[in-house]
Amino acid sequence: YLVPNVELPSLCSERFRSGPPGEEAQAASQFIADVIENSQMIVKEDLCIANGKLAWVLYCDIICLDYDGNLLDASVFALLAALKNVQLPSVIINEETGLSEVNLKQKTPLIIRKHPVATSFAIFDDTLLIVDPTAEEEDLATGTVTIVTDEEGRLCSVHKPGGSPLTGAKLQDCITRAITRHKEVKKLIDKVIKSIMPK
Amino acid sequence: PIPSSLSAGETSVLAGLYGPAEAKLSKELPDRAALEVLLRPKVGLPGVLERSREQQLRQTCEAVVLGVLHPRTAITLVLQVVSDAGSLLSCCLNAACMGLLDAGLPLSSLFCGVTCALGPDGTITLDPTARQEQEARAVLTFAIDSSERKVLMATTKGSCSVEEMQQCLVMAQRAADTIFQFYRDSLHRRYSKS
Repeated sequence: YLVPNVELPSLCSERFRSGPPGEEAQAASQFIADVIENSQMIVKEDLCIANGKLAWVLYCDIICLDYDGNLLDASVFALLAALKNVQLPSVIINEETGLSEVNLKQKTPLIIRKHPVATSFAIFDDTLLIVDPTAEEEDLATGTVTIVTDEEGRLCSVHKPGGSPLTGAKLQDCITRAITRHKEVKKLIDKVIKSIMPK
Repeated sequence: PIPSSLSAGETSVLAGLYGPAEAKLSKELPDRAALEVLLRPKVGLPGVLERSREQQLRQTCEAVVLGVLHPRTAITLVLQVVSDAGSLLSCCLNAACMGLLDAGLPLSSLFCGVTCALGPDGTITLDPTARQEQEARAVLTFAIDSSERKVLMATTKGSCSVEEMQQCLVMAQRAADTIFQFYRDSLHRRYSKS
């Protein structure tokens, strides 16, 4: 299975103190876990080595280096890019001893089924909507909405943690914009992955 | 401190509201009340899921409570899960709103929580049981406000298409009417006796 953990160390912004993870970091970790599960990005069966005995556990540590708003979008991209890079070594279970032997030379890439992309909007008094808010915009906003879509235009997650109310039509507006943005971002990710593949 | 309990079917949540009381220096805000929500699960210690739910509840309440009338105070809302049989988040939302009403805090509007489950064949069920939630393709929870039936909070679990989400939203807005009527009735009963 997959265990995501979002860390907001003090080095990324003066608003975060060192110590146990604050509410924002924990809420972000929960959000990422939900996105992974909702979008079926990684099917848990793919991580299984031997039924009922051995399975891979992927610990994803998402560490924020510089915080300028829009944490959720950036975390989802970082996770997607990192997972695309993952190579799982092949494991053979020795029948006689029952122990596993890991072969580091033979690696297979991780199978990613869906590519979810998050788009965040900052709401200002239910009239104005700003895509991809910076830290300053987020502070002044009266609410935020994050929409995660996958390639087929299906909604993986609509995350609106309180804030000023939105009509159904405005929400629909956000969703259409999120779907357009998904296409642009997907092209970008594919381009970058292709450029580092030969290594 | 005024406790109020809300049960919907088998799910039951106890809400206790404390405030507006004096806030600690580190937590006080100069122009508005500082709202804090604590969600305690039935068993075990609160974990990451509870923190995320607390953040959603807190921001929903902040949008509704007129905090500017009580600057430099702290309002604490403690929610204890008594039993969980599905639709927990919307039960917490409803309990929170009733708690705020009961305590007499100034609110700009009321809100209510509605959960919709999308079955594998496309049927939409409101207020699903735990079993229906597990079998569903997607579970969506909305907090609807009372003044214009706008969306205050939205959370989804599982994936669904855009049209399905819109349909669920429309059904949730209609169901909100029933819930607001229930608020009105229970408050009427409470204040007409005394």
